[in-house]
Amino acid sequence: MKSLLPGAERPVVQFEHVGMRYGLGPEVLSDVSFRIAPHSFQFLTGPSGAGKTTLLRLILLSVRPTRGTVAIFGEEVSGISSEKLTLLRRRMGVVFQDFRLLDHLTTYENVALPLRVQGRSESGYRGEVVELLRWVGLGERMHALPPLLSGGEKQRAAIARALIARPDLLLADEPTGNVDPALGRRLLRLFLELNKLGTSVIIATHDFGIMDAVNARRMVLNAGRLRIEE
Amino acid sequence: MSIAAKARARAAAAFPTDPTLPANLRRNAPLVPTDTAAGRSLAAVIAILTFLAGLCAGAAEMVATNAAQWQSSVAQEVTIQVRPGPGRDVDADVAKAEAIAKQEPGVARTRIFSKSESERLLEPWLGSGLDLSDLPVPRLIALRMSGDRVDLGSLRTKLVAALPGVASLDDHALWLQRLSTAASAFVGAGIGLVVLVLVATGLAVTFATRGAMAGNKEVVDVLHFVGAGDDYIARAFQARFFGLGLRGGGIGAACAILAFVIAGLVTGSASSGPAGQEIEALFGAFHIGWRGFFSIALIGGIASLVTGAVSRLTVRRYLG
Repeated sequence: MKSLLPGAERPVVQFEHVGMRYGLGPEVLSDVSFRIAPHSFQFLTGPSGAGKTTLLRLILLSVRPTRGTVAIFGEEVSGISSEKLTLLRRRMGVVFQDFRLLDHLTTYENVALPLRVQGRSESGYRGEVVELLRWVGLGERMHALPPLLSGGEKQRAAIARALIARPDLLLADEPTGNVDPALGRRLLRLFLELNKLGTSVIIATHDFGIMDAVNARRMVLNAGRLRIEE
Repeated sequence: MSIAAKARARAAAAFPTDPTLPANLRRNAPLVPTDTAAGRSLAAVIAILTFLAGLCAGAAEMVATNAAQWQSSVAQEVTIQVRPGPGRDVDADVAKAEAIAKQEPGVARTRIFSKSESERLLEPWLGSGLDLSDLPVPRLIALRMSGDRVDLGSLRTKLVAALPGVASLDDHALWLQRLSTAASAFVGAGIGLVVLVLVATGLAVTFATRGAMAGNKEVVDVLHFVGAGDDYIARAFQARFFGLGLRGGGIGAACAILAFVIAGLVTGSASSGPAGQEIEALFGAFHIGWRGFFSIALIGGIASLVTGAVSRLTVRRYLG
């Protein structure tokens, strides 16, 4: 049923003829246009170097497009203030391919980070963090510092950190790349559960096993050009 | 229900404890790594600079206190000089000058230096064993003031009127002015050095913050991605550097205070000997008092605040 609220079904992400190049180099993305609908689930795929990470960075607002327009949660991002940028980022969760956990913080502290930077008290979020850590199988590792975690444990911690604030949009770059197939399927189920609760999900992956397990839209990038397979 | 039971119940409601949650789980470590080699080096630099600033401030405080003591003790005494003249009875002139001085309100005590005492005062310049009876050695009358304001102008006028060309009053004003100027210059130089050291601390922190920002680029990126604003990140760095400043400033100030305490004890024990008495006569008592200790502690605190504020400004500029 379509919402009666004006703007309620605005796309979560909207790219219009976006081009992107680094410095004077060649265009990494060319004339990319797409929309991510609220509550949608999609894969972003393509060969290495096709521009997947750049596209995710554009959505994360860590780089700005060379041309075209990008709107996130209905907000056109050119000239956006740093305060609004922070508020938009709080509505996103991101799982990096290289995890980007802070090595001097424990697994618990890393996962709690998005709630901590929102100014919430530790006693207020403790239960949620511990529950999620146990759910991803890190209940016994919440003391550990990231350098002592295995690749799979780091990945699960990174995923837990992305999910803990229940984001409106989840971006995951190769989230199942370092885990065994069983845990991969379990994590995928977690993403699907999150999607059912209303979060839009974009998973960048090469893993056809994961993609074939879910009937979802595929955004295929090749040499900087985007093709959508519904 | 007792007050304690109510408080326990309120605390339990505010902080529900999960029985399965490890009690020793670390929960709120600083977001910016603190115990790094660069952090320890910066704390050491701040400690050294604070120590030097503390020494400058303590020395300036000591000079100011001693100068004030010298000035007050010197200002309590004035001298009448009576010069012998041809055909004059110098003893009568001295007695007359003393009588005039005694009538002046505020003069508590007078003491006439005898001829032999006056001659002895010249011994450091002329040597001992000389017969000075033929020399017109001036005679001195030391006047001790009671502390009330004395009208030295009136006394000078009366002396000049009663003994023209013979008696003069020396209130040591020129010497006091020179002493005051020298003390003020020393105190000013001390304050200038403290300011310079604090500026140096600020510059050291600026470079250290830039280095820390570059070294913690990944931390900054992650904090941005998880929804931390620039101000939040700046506060995290400020907290880290304020902590380092507090550690460095505290150590530096404590060392400076300790140095003055030890120096005071050493000079205090040595002052019983003749050399110690000479030193004390020349430089005054070697202690800086509570005001001096407070100044040094304040410098430690200011160094910490400068460290925090400069790091925050540097981070804001870096992120902006």
